[in-house]
Amino acid sequence: MADVLTFTKRGIYCAAGDFYIDPSKPVERALVTHGHSDHARSGMTRYLATRSAKPVIQHRLGPNAVIDTIAFGETRQIGDATVSFHPAGHVPGSAQIRVSVKGEVWVASGDYKTVDDGLSEPFEPVPCHAFITECTFGLPIFNWTPKDILARQINDWWATNKAAGRFSVLGAYALGKAQRLLTTVNPDIGPILTHGAIEATNIVLRNQGITLPQTIPVTPELNVHDHPGALILATPGAMAQPWGAQFGPDVSTAFASGWMALRGQRRRRAMDRGFVVSDHADWAGLNTAIRETGATKVFATHGYTGSFRRWLAEQGYDAQIVATDDPADA
Amino acid sequence: MKAAADLFARLDDPTGPDAKIAALLGYFQTAPDGDKLWTVALLSGRTPKRIVTANQLRAWAIACAGLKDWLFEDSYRVVGDLSETIALVLPPPSRHENHSLTHWIKTIKRLSRMDEETRKSAILNIWDGMPAAERFWFIKLLTGGLRAGTSESLLIRALAQLTGQDEPAITYRLNGTWSPDTTTWHNLIEASDPQLALSHPYPFQPSQQVENIADLGNPAEWQATHAWGGARCQFILRGGSHALWSQDGALITDQVPELAPLRDFLPDGTVIEGALRAFAGDAPLGADAVHARITRKKITKAMRAETQLVLIANDLLEHDGSDLRQSTLDIRHKHLKNHLTSTPDQLPLRLSSAVEFASWSDLETQRQTARTAGADGLLLRHRDSPYLASKTMRWIWNAPPLTVDAVLIYAQAGPQSRANLFTEFTFAVWNGQTLTPFTRTSTGLTDADLAELSTWVRKNTQSKFGPVRQVTPTHVFEIAFDDIHASPRHKSGVALRFPRVLRWHKDKPVTEANTLDDLKDMRATYG
Repeated sequence: MADVLTFTKRGIYCAAGDFYIDPSKPVERALVTHGHSDHARSGMTRYLATRSAKPVIQHRLGPNAVIDTIAFGETRQIGDATVSFHPAGHVPGSAQIRVSVKGEVWVASGDYKTVDDGLSEPFEPVPCHAFITECTFGLPIFNWTPKDILARQINDWWATNKAAGRFSVLGAYALGKAQRLLTTVNPDIGPILTHGAIEATNIVLRNQGITLPQTIPVTPELNVHDHPGALILATPGAMAQPWGAQFGPDVSTAFASGWMALRGQRRRRAMDRGFVVSDHADWAGLNTAIRETGATKVFATHGYTGSFRRWLAEQGYDAQIVATDDPADA
Repeated sequence: MKAAADLFARLDDPTGPDAKIAALLGYFQTAPDGDKLWTVALLSGRTPKRIVTANQLRAWAIACAGLKDWLFEDSYRVVGDLSETIALVLPPPSRHENHSLTHWIKTIKRLSRMDEETRKSAILNIWDGMPAAERFWFIKLLTGGLRAGTSESLLIRALAQLTGQDEPAITYRLNGTWSPDTTTWHNLIEASDPQLALSHPYPFQPSQQVENIADLGNPAEWQATHAWGGARCQFILRGGSHALWSQDGALITDQVPELAPLRDFLPDGTVIEGALRAFAGDAPLGADAVHARITRKKITKAMRAETQLVLIANDLLEHDGSDLRQSTLDIRHKHLKNHLTSTPDQLPLRLSSAVEFASWSDLETQRQTARTAGADGLLLRHRDSPYLASKTMRWIWNAPPLTVDAVLIYAQAGPQSRANLFTEFTFAVWNGQTLTPFTRTSTGLTDADLAELSTWVRKNTQSKFGPVRQVTPTHVFEIAFDDIHASPRHKSGVALRFPRVLRWHKDKPVTEANTLDDLKDMRATYG
């Protein structure tokens, strides 16, 4: 039987339905797992995404992008392929894409995490023959901090800084991580200020009915010193730029990422603190997710593909690596 | 051990000294005395003996986590630290036992008396009761490799703030061979000790670099001596015992046992300021030999046989028990000379001899040759000046640096923020027909140089070794440095102090670069 999905220079391709999943170059028809810029790229003639992923994708790609929507679990016929989208738990609206051709079922995971962040639709295992899995954190050194401990760590850090009259500047990606942190911290500790890029995403998500605590956007008119001891959510880029300087020297800086599990990465970031929080699956999460699909064939992409493939092969899977033009591998 | 692990983690974070001191103070204000004592011991390098090898722990962790050897190796390559890799791959703990640091150290000591099987199951059981953050430090304790990211001087500052004592007092208390088994927190840190006050050094008089010698005015008003590269220090003799302090606040009495006999020949109540110089018999050695000695914890007979340290006296700060710092340099020097003429010549104490000069140009000639005498340059002090913490009384006039012409052979890209530029360069000299690398630096290159060189490196890369690129030997640079000494660890056999790029000789062919023999000659002359 022909493969349901193939790996091309433009991205994951389905010949039966003549569409691409998360294509990297302009194509006619793109099925998009979620709104992060390495998955939802501009230049496609038509997009298909989940209803809850669409607002952010539209916001990022502009009003001219043609985006059809689909509900989670709804099936749609495209050519000879039947597709459906299933929660990936990565960010609000993020999906795994199930493609079935003549009874053969393949699932492209996009990015996913198996723990419930209280914000994204929780991950659901989708039974399939072949599973295309990310493995950003596909080594046994990555085991995420439990939610309650993480919340305590961040809240303690913020409260201590506030008591000492310091701002707490926390770096996080604008879509997903920032909102997850917003729902993790205790907003009673003090005011929360946000960088413009984060606030823009907050507005989009609030408009689609997601509840986030009150935030104050940092604008040129705002005097940040009117909000002493505030928690400031910043994009990683903004922290390094003059934007970060307006809070003065009396700040404590931190970064929230799965990479903060590694001491070397924490030191390289040169932040005061690193919180281990990721929207990707950790080692246990990856292994459980793959097992629960019941797939015999697994494709590893994005991350420690070499080590992870070998591990899967030794566990008895028919495991292969998907070559990507991921700049991180270059 | 949560509190101690939190402290070590805070010290390990890349924060400034203030945050680290705050973390230390927070810990010392709440921890029990036993834990405080052990923390001071650990942070001052008094770690318990290693009871398992890192390889044993590695094997146990692989088995415990159900991993394969190769997967652990792949992980280790990403993490870069064996203890950390072990701590990270272990399965999550099934319970959390929060025992004191002292409890764990006692446990480690007890385990050292058990056979390997018992030790293994005990350690696996302990791991199962600890979160990863604590495990990491516990493994460091087990392997004797605990080095939290702090210096002893930060610890001393924190303890001084905590107890309201000054830093020399704490330094004095922490000095020597104590362990938490032989003392208590109270005895070590708090109990009164009459010798404490007696051992105190004076603040060192700060120095300035001479930029324009004529600014100093009338040459007749100034005294010149050689400036030695070895450690500047104060020898203190009070109450029948002596102490030796280096300028950076370290108590190095035990590191320089040569000076102990001075007690028998100098009167009580004497404080001499000077510099240490190292000799092998009569042959002078470089400043590196002094540092190699005074940074050791223990001095062996072999070290003493290899190098002998001598105090080159520059100044007298206390005479017959009275503070002499308000007197003029001429008066202080007169008393110092009297001391030295009345002590036997074989004592490791010499007067820094005056450099005679009639004019500044005369002195300039002396500066040019200062390195041949083994000095870094000249020390100038006003004859009427008191020994004060004032900036305009003590001047260092550096001798011109040593220089060689060298060929650029390797380039390395900068850290994250400057990853688009090559910012570290390795230079080589000729050794027959081949180029032997001898130093690595980027100091002295302008941003424009870096940009130009980076473009050139990209086009002229011969091969890559990780982040390092080997380039076609093309460019010659003049490299300046302050000192050169033998170093068996380096391919070239020499190491330089403060190497920097003086200029880029764009018109010089690589064949005209210096040779390894030239460097060896310099080492023989100046090292």
